[in-house]
Amino acid sequence: MSAADAARASLAPDQRGTVDAVPLIEARRMTRILPGIVPTTLVHDINLVVGRREFLAITGPSGSGKSSLLYLLGLLDLPTSGEVLIGGQATTRMPEEERARTRLETLGFVFQFHFLLPEFTVIDNVMLPMRALGRLSSQEMIARAEALLTALGLEDHLRKRPDQLSGGQRQRVAVARSLANDPPVILADEPTGSLDSKSREQVFAILRDLVHAQGKTVVAVTHDVALATRTDRRVELIDGTIVADNRIQP
Amino acid sequence: MTLIFDMALTHVRARARQTLVAVAGVATGVGFSIMMAALLQGSQEDFINRLVNTMPHVTVSDEQRKPAPQPGETFYASAQIRGLKPQVKRRGIKNPLATMAALEAWVPGNVAPSVKVQAILRYGSRDVAASIIGIEPKREAKVSDLPNQMRQGKLSSLYSATNAIILGDRLAEKIGARVGSNITVQTSEGVRLNAQVVGLFHSGVRSVNETTAHTLVKLGQILARQTGLVNEIKLRLEDALAAPFTAARIERDTGYKSVAWQEASEDLLNAFVIRNTIMYTVVGAILLVASFGTYNIISTITHEKARDIAILKSLGFTERRVRAIFVVEAGLIGLAGALLGFALGYGLCLALGMIEFKNPFTDVTRLPITYSPLHYLMAASVAIVSSLAAGYLPARKAARLHPVDIIRGAT
Repeated sequence: MSAADAARASLAPDQRGTVDAVPLIEARRMTRILPGIVPTTLVHDINLVVGRREFLAITGPSGSGKSSLLYLLGLLDLPTSGEVLIGGQATTRMPEEERARTRLETLGFVFQFHFLLPEFTVIDNVMLPMRALGRLSSQEMIARAEALLTALGLEDHLRKRPDQLSGGQRQRVAVARSLANDPPVILADEPTGSLDSKSREQVFAILRDLVHAQGKTVVAVTHDVALATRTDRRVELIDGTIVADNRIQP
Repeated sequence: MTLIFDMALTHVRARARQTLVAVAGVATGVGFSIMMAALLQGSQEDFINRLVNTMPHVTVSDEQRKPAPQPGETFYASAQIRGLKPQVKRRGIKNPLATMAALEAWVPGNVAPSVKVQAILRYGSRDVAASIIGIEPKREAKVSDLPNQMRQGKLSSLYSATNAIILGDRLAEKIGARVGSNITVQTSEGVRLNAQVVGLFHSGVRSVNETTAHTLVKLGQILARQTGLVNEIKLRLEDALAAPFTAARIERDTGYKSVAWQEASEDLLNAFVIRNTIMYTVVGAILLVASFGTYNIISTITHEKARDIAILKSLGFTERRVRAIFVVEAGLIGLAGALLGFALGYGLCLALGMIEFKNPFTDVTRLPITYSPLHYLMAASVAIVSSLAAGYLPARKAARLHPVDIIRGAT
């Protein structure tokens, strides 16, 4: 069974809400060192388990390794040592094709700067991951993309291009895109970092809703302390090392 | 694949001007290569057609490929023989009528005899050396283009006077003779007689026009002082391309040297091979230069699209998929260039085909152009393959981009 299949199985409806036997994401003694004349340690000896329905914030000062940790958990980068497991499957020795497939099926990304494709319309951007996966028919893809965008209040902007939207709207499109293939995990890198306060609240509410209403797991990198304190769990990094891992009581 | 195609199309559309320049580069290459191929193949085919139409397809002469061994060499196994007097043999093909009848029995085509004699033609105070070829006009008309080369008089005019002679137009000019002039013919065999010019011909070869005259076979035999002499048999085949096989069989059967038109024009045909090699090298170079334009635009797009590539890879696109997007873009440029090049090439061929050339001896002629789908197919293949190759290199580089490096750079 592939990591993607394992993760899907872990999210089977009859299992939802049961005890999390297999963590969705697990980092075991993970270290990432950038090679160079002076090698730079991005993260060091990270052990982290992320279960289902968790809203986890990774915090820390600039340069503490927050984004690096997120990229490693999201299989965008490979650890120098240690292991990342997705749905219980080790991923560091996976072929590139399988890692890409795992990203497509299991992980959704939201970045600080929306990163939408500028030549494509809003709905086309949301359909991209679905088209890449190729499981749905055209009609099903359009219907799903429309449903996602409507749920995020973007039903009037389906045929617009990203440059015709506000920053908050673009970020909501990026969230919709991350949900396109219904992945169990959303990884967000400073999702509210470039937004005004109103949009920031909107996006935060959407992320929280994903966890509490839809049963997704959200791992968000942020240096917004106010936002971090409103998540379920807060992992703090300093100099690439986890210095605190606190579950926040509601 | 639809997704990759859509993305590729969107990229090239978004850079309409750059794409148009790259497409125009490929189209120019394809168009000119089609034109060059059409022109060069056209001229080659025209030349070969003229050659095939004007020359006999096979010429059997009274020579042998290897000189016959001397009796002394046959009878004595000596290392060296000195002071031998070569055997003198009677000139001409033995039993020419029987030989011709034998050839006519199996060769699909026509057969004509001829007699060749060297002579001096004299008119007034001018004399010029010439080859006199004795022919049978009716048979000759079936094996050569001589009837069509007649500028004054007809081939049958040879029957209209005693000792009638037809001169090459340049030869007539040299000695100042016209139709109706009485000239003197003197051969190395010591024969001297008066002949009446009954016609002038003009072939496509200047040296032939300057040095050749035609008479009846009978007169040729008189000039050679040898009754019944035939030293050349010309054949015109139904299938000109079968000439080498027919010539080989005749040579094997008769022992006489038989030369197919391909062998007689071997140097020319070899020159065509060299010319074609040069042509295809030039055409290849044109298309290669055009592919640099494709390389340039794909490099630019991949450079500009580094962030999009990172996004696609973060979404789960594999390297192969990302590479495919840019290779397809290059293919689209190559394909569009090829299609536009088809129109350009066809237009250029039509334009060149309309150019007229006039000369005083022939009707108006035009540049010979060959319209062949092969030229279009070859040009398009080279253009598309070179475009794909030009696109592959930057596409491979783009697909290897590490998404984290770009995302970090963007943030």
